[in-house]
Formats: sequence, structure tokens, C-alpha cells
Amino acid sequence: MKKHILILLLAIFPATSFAAGGGVQLDAAPIDINDKDSIKRGAKSFVDNCFSCHSAYFMRFNRIAKDTGMDETELREMLIFTRDKKGEATKSGDLMKAAMTEEYAKSAFGTAVPDLSLTARARGADWLYTYLRTFYVDENRPTGMNNLAFPDVAMPNVLMNLQGVNKAVYADDGHGGNKIEGLEKIQPGSMTTEEFDAFTADLVNFMVYLAEPVQAERRSMGWKVLLFLAIFFVFAYLLKKEYWKDVH
Amino acid sequence: MSTDSVNNGKRRFLVASTSVVGAVGVGFVAVPFLASWMPSERAKNAGAPIEADVSRLEEGRMMTVDWQSKPVWIVRRSEKTLANLEESTDKLSDPASENVDQQPEYAQNMYRSIKPEFLVLVGICTHLGCSPTFRPDIAPADLGESWLGGFFCPCHSSKFDLAGRVFSGVPAPTNLVVPPHYYVTDTTIIVGKEGGNA
Amino acid sequence: MGKLLGWVDDRFPLMKMWNEHLAEYYTPKNFNFWYFFGSLALLVLVIQIVSGIFLTMHYKPDAELAFASVEHIMRDVPYGWLIRYIHSTGATAFFIVVYLHMFRGLMYGSYKKPRELIWLFGMFIYLALMAEAFMGYLLPWGQMSYWGAQVIISLFSAIPVIGDDLTLWIRGDFVISDATLNRFFALHVVALPFVIVFLVIAHILALHEVGSNNPDGVEIKKNKDSKGVPLDGIPFHPYYTVKDIAGVAVFLFFFSVVLFYFPDGGGYFLEHANFIASDPLKTPAHIAPVWYFTPFYAILRAVPDKLMGVGAMGAAIVVLFFLPWIDRCKVKSIRYRSVIYKANLTVFAVTFVVLGWLAMQPVTDTITNLSRLFTLLYFAFFVVLFVTSKNEKTKPVPDRVTS
Repeated sequence: MKKHILILLLAIFPATSFAAGGGVQLDAAPIDINDKDSIKRGAKSFVDNCFSCHSAYFMRFNRIAKDTGMDETELREMLIFTRDKKGEATKSGDLMKAAMTEEYAKSAFGTAVPDLSLTARARGADWLYTYLRTFYVDENRPTGMNNLAFPDVAMPNVLMNLQGVNKAVYADDGHGGNKIEGLEKIQPGSMTTEEFDAFTADLVNFMVYLAEPVQAERRSMGWKVLLFLAIFFVFAYLLKKEYWKDVH
Repeated sequence: MSTDSVNNGKRRFLVASTSVVGAVGVGFVAVPFLASWMPSERAKNAGAPIEADVSRLEEGRMMTVDWQSKPVWIVRRSEKTLANLEESTDKLSDPASENVDQQPEYAQNMYRSIKPEFLVLVGICTHLGCSPTFRPDIAPADLGESWLGGFFCPCHSSKFDLAGRVFSGVPAPTNLVVPPHYYVTDTTIIVGKEGGNA
Repeated sequence: MGKLLGWVDDRFPLMKMWNEHLAEYYTPKNFNFWYFFGSLALLVLVIQIVSGIFLTMHYKPDAELAFASVEHIMRDVPYGWLIRYIHSTGATAFFIVVYLHMFRGLMYGSYKKPRELIWLFGMFIYLALMAEAFMGYLLPWGQMSYWGAQVIISLFSAIPVIGDDLTLWIRGDFVISDATLNRFFALHVVALPFVIVFLVIAHILALHEVGSNNPDGVEIKKNKDSKGVPLDGIPFHPYYTVKDIAGVAVFLFFFSVVLFYFPDGGGYFLEHANFIASDPLKTPAHIAPVWYFTPFYAILRAVPDKLMGVGAMGAAIVVLFFLPWIDRCKVKSIRYRSVIYKANLTVFAVTFVVLGWLAMQPVTDTITNLSRLFTLLYFAFFVVLFVTSKNEKTKPVPDRVTS
């Protein structure tokens, strides 16, 4: 009965309240949380491209190593480049604090740079996947860039060298105004569109992992618990049946 | 209700087997709750091995570093101190460090250290967990004529020599603990981890 | 063993209690599916207390630290994630079980004489549970925690004259703040659990005093054998203990499906915006309470006047307390009641679900109009019940329970 209600609930309320902005159609992120190599590649991209400004302040470096099967040396080579205030090397068990200070961020971007630990849970994987791929040229913005998923975003397109530059293609919206119909590449980057999509997917995969590192373990524990409960039910049911023979 | 045709054997078997499976389940459930009391990743990171630079430590002095929120002492001992250690062993309970729980194998020697010069100790009394004071002075008024320098616990008057060895007739049962440590360079010690030079 | 028991019994009514409440508590033998939810509610209460105690060992009720401490639990504490998800899933499970338990009461007239007090205790439990859940939801200190609490606390400002001072007093500050978090924490982990446990004991004592109702609405105590045992009664233990254990296994199965595979329930059990730390300067675009409050929230939103809206919402809950006197029909079970009652109850159940759905939708004219319609339907249930139940055309009720 509870299951019925659950299914019913999920059926009636398909649209969850992700804080999506812009009302743009989101692309489904082709990610697989069990693909450890993808998470590893994503982690590398994250540290290379996002981590100089954005912290992932609820995550520890060595957790990534543990969950993706890296050893200490590999972890240090791939992910740890920061030092603490005293100039000592970051410990592998430290939280992922970005080098940039909050004060600097405020002065540079006019806003605090959000921590990315939980962004995938707050925004959803599809939003991230769309957001990272839909920057376009907009001269009215301080950074010269705007975004379809996050209109008037303060962040510049840091992946521009890889992706290239897109401009918006406008169409008549039927009310005498313009609406953006799609994006068109006006300057190639170092990656093809397919390569960049795959790159972004890895990055999003990592961020989904980052938002809830335990999810793979959670699922694998889940079926064991369910199996145990099913076995327990058989015993409990037989016991019930045996006693209820008395009741006429 | 009629109880004439009850198969008591079957009933007992089912009660027992359901109870056993249920008890196993309760056991499984208990695991995460009990495990949640173990040190968290934060605590483990705070207790991770630490690095100590002893290059500027003068002879006869002691420095304290923090490992797993415990004081770890590093003492630089003079030739004379080391010589004293060799002599006065008759007043100690465990002069040869035979109690293997109190130090790693590589510190189970006369000086209880890797390099005789540097003593590394967890600064917590083996009696009831106070932190003893460093008393390098020879024959002070309060500790008596025979005192050749060592550690004195103010809580219950336990005495240790400059190798952390406990004197006989004091409340502390064992020598002070030597933590796992190793040298990465001549003057840099990693405390909290066994190294390759053990 | 027997000697020890005798020793205890001379000093404490252990066997007496065991017999009164289990081994010689005679229960109708015809309980159906709907009768699992009472014991399941008790189970969930235990789950919540145990998991909650362990969460308090790691949680920090401090505006600066609360959000991070929850993530600390989720990531750094061994199995902290499991304990946290047990607790959050338990909150949802509690309301599902309690709503089904209450609906059972409506179907079989379990609130009617002589069981009015059982119903009243139950309603107080429900009220305390809502307060408990609401205060618990503030603790993760995310955006939804913050702004949800902001909205709910502001409801009190609708009260004339004292409203503004009252909200100030509840918050302990000019906005929701550290002070609010700390007092909600104290109430959530200490005060309200005491109240709930006390009310649950009262609920069960009242039940065991008059005996359980059943799907036929027949009083089994009317037909007793020579030893005074009801002919249609069976001892709760072992018959319903073994039955409930099987029910518990099934319940835990579904509980675990949510726990391990859908812990955030698609954003309905753990809302997406609550993964952003609270920010007093920025309201999330779309605020909706957690699903179990939504039917009442829809009623609040349906009324275009602040005071009236709060009043309507309060009335929607308060009116439930009076159900034993609103329903004037002597026949208890829906099995022997008129088509009118059956239709009325069906509409009510659908209305409750639809109101819940409406509250989760962004406000548009259609949604508001629908909310108004269903708000009227919600209250119509009680009016129709009061009017029609006095001289309701019922079927004959059997003397004994039907299998």
C-alpha cells in the first residue's frame, strides 16, 4: 500500500522543485555514478578548472582517492596543489578549500563564489550539464558572456579555451520580441563539440559524486538489506500462519 | 480456539528461527550505530601524522608538538644525560623496556629512541593520564639529591627518567609511550607513522 | 528464571502488565490490513528516537555550524549518512503511517463512543508530531529550513494585537537566527519527544481500557464465554504480535527501498533548496513545505486574507478534534453505513491528496481557484457528515464479527 502511494506520489508530482533558472530546456546529463574512471577524470577537471575559485568545503581529498581507488602518490600528483596558511603542504585528509579568499571573490565578481560540494543536489545534474555548455557572447555583461541556464551569471566561461565561443541565435517569439533559439559556434576551441560534451559529462559526474559521495555504497548496501528483510519476512510469515491456525 | 491439533515442534522451530533471524537483523542494525562512535574522518585527519623540525632544538631542551591532540615531547639529550641513563638503572621498574606495548621495536633500547640524541615521547602519564612536567635540572630541592633529570607527574608524583622510564615505587605502572615515528631527513621527524627506516 | 520473575512480581506488576496489555488483552480476530499502522507508528517512533539520539551526538545547534555539521554527519561520521537518512525517511514514514492510521479510524468509526478519548489523544499526538517535524526541519539550516520556518512562524503574526510580539518571542530575534535554532533544537530533541511518548502511552492505555474497535464496528465485549473471554477475541500476544512482526518486515522493506534508493524522495522528502546553506538575504524562488504539511498549506494559500487564511488552516486541523461529536451516526463501520457516508469519505480522502498536490504547485489563477474549491470540499465533509449522520440509513450490524 505504501509503495502504491509512493508510486502515486511520484506519478502525480513528476516536476520536482529544482531551482532552475531561465526556463531553458535542460539536456539530460549522460553520467554514470558507478564509472570510477569518469569520476576520476572529472575530479582532475574540477581541480584544474573550478578549484582555484570554488571550494568543495565538505569534501576531503583522500575520500576521492578512497572512492576511486587512487593511492596517496597518485592523489598528490593529480589533485593536491594547495598549501595551507603556514605554507605547509595540504594534508590528504584536508577539506577541499580553494586558494581564493572570500574577500577577493567579492571584490572580483561582486558576489561570493559558491561552494560546490552540494551544487549537484541543489541544482541537479542536468542543470549543471546544460549550464556548463551554454555560455554565449553577450556584450552587455561585464564578463562579455551570458548563459542560457543561468541568465546573467557572474562567472566567466572558464572552459572557453576548450569549448570555443558560442553566440546566440535569435528567433521571433511571436510577440514582437526576440527569444534565443539556440547557440552557434563562432570560434572553435581545443576540443570538438563531442569531446567537450564528454569532458563536461565527466565533470558533472564528479560533481554528482561530490554532492553525495556515499551513493554507490548506499545502493550496494540497499539490496543486501532488502534481501535480508525478504528472508526475515518468510520466517515471520510462516510463524504467523502457524499461530493463526488456532483462530477460527 | 482449539489447541488440539497444534504441532508444538514446528511452532517451537518457527519461534526459534524467526527469533534468530530477527536477532541477527538487530545485530546488523546495531553496527552502524556503534560504529558512529568511532573517530570521524575529521578526527582522523586531525590525528594524522605530523612533521616536526628538530634542527633548531638546543641540547637539553624540550619541544612539544601536537599529535592526535596529545602532547608529544621531543627532547635533545646531551652525551652526559645519555651516560647517566646507562648508569642508574637499578631504581627503574623496566630499565630494558621489556614491555613491548610502550614503544615500537626500533625504540626498544637503552635510550628508547631511534637516534640516541632525540627522545620522542607521548607526554601522558601512564598512571591516570595527566601530563608530567619536564624537569631536566639535576638534584633540585623538591626531587632530591639523586634526581638526574627526568619527568615528574604533579598529579600523583610519578617519576620518569630522561628516557621516559618509570621509577620503581611510584603509582605509574609502565614507561612513557614512544609513539611511532621516523626521520625523513636528519632533523625532520614524522610522528604518528611507521617509516621505512624502522 | 521463574524465581526471579516471582521476586520481581512481588515488587513490580510485571506479569500483571504483560497480561493486561499483551497476553490477556483480547483483540477482535478480524483485524485487516488497516490495523497494522498503529503498531507501525509505534515502531517508527522508536526508530526516530534512536536515530535522533545518535544524530544529536554529531549535530551542532549553532547557526554558524549547523549546516556544515549535517554534511559532517553525511560524510565524515562512520555510517552517519545511514543514521541521517533513517531519521529523514522516518519523518516521512511517520506521517504516511499516521495518515493511514487516522483514515482507518474514519472508515471504521474508531473515534465513536466509547473511544472518543482515544481519538483526542491521537489528535494531540498528531499535533505534537507536526510541531516536532516542523522544528526538526529547521535544524539542517538550509534555505528551505530557514524560509519554511520564516513562513510558518509568520503565521502567528496574523493573530490580532499580540501577533507581532508573539512572533518576536518565538524567534527570540528580529529574524530567524541562532536563538531560534537553539530553542527549536531543545524542543525537538527533548521537550516534544517527552510529550509525544506521554501521549502515546495515554493513547494506548485508553485503548486497552475500552478495547479495540474492528472493521465490523462490533463491540466484542458484548459476547463473552463462561470465563469472561470475548468470543470474537484473541489474545494480542501471540496472535497479533506474530502478525505485526510480519507486517513490520514488509514495512521495513518499503522503508529500506526509500532509505537506500530514494532518500530525498525526488525532492519531496529532502528538498533540493535545502542543500544550499540558509541565507537570510535571499529567498528561494519556490517555497513549499514538506509534503506532509501541504494539504493545510494549500488551505492557507487559498484564502485571500491573512488572518482568515491562518484561521482556515487552524480550523482544518481543529475540526478533526470534534469528529466524535460531528458524526452522530450510531453505526461505526463504513461497511454498514449509507452510500452518502461512503461517497463523502471518498471525496474527503481525494480532497486531502489533491490539496497536498495543489500546495506544491507555483501559484497561478487556476491553482488558486482549485485550491479554493478543494478547501470548500474539505470543510464540506464535516458539514455533510453532521447533517446526514443523525438519521443515516444504515444496514443492520451483525452481532458477531464477520471473519
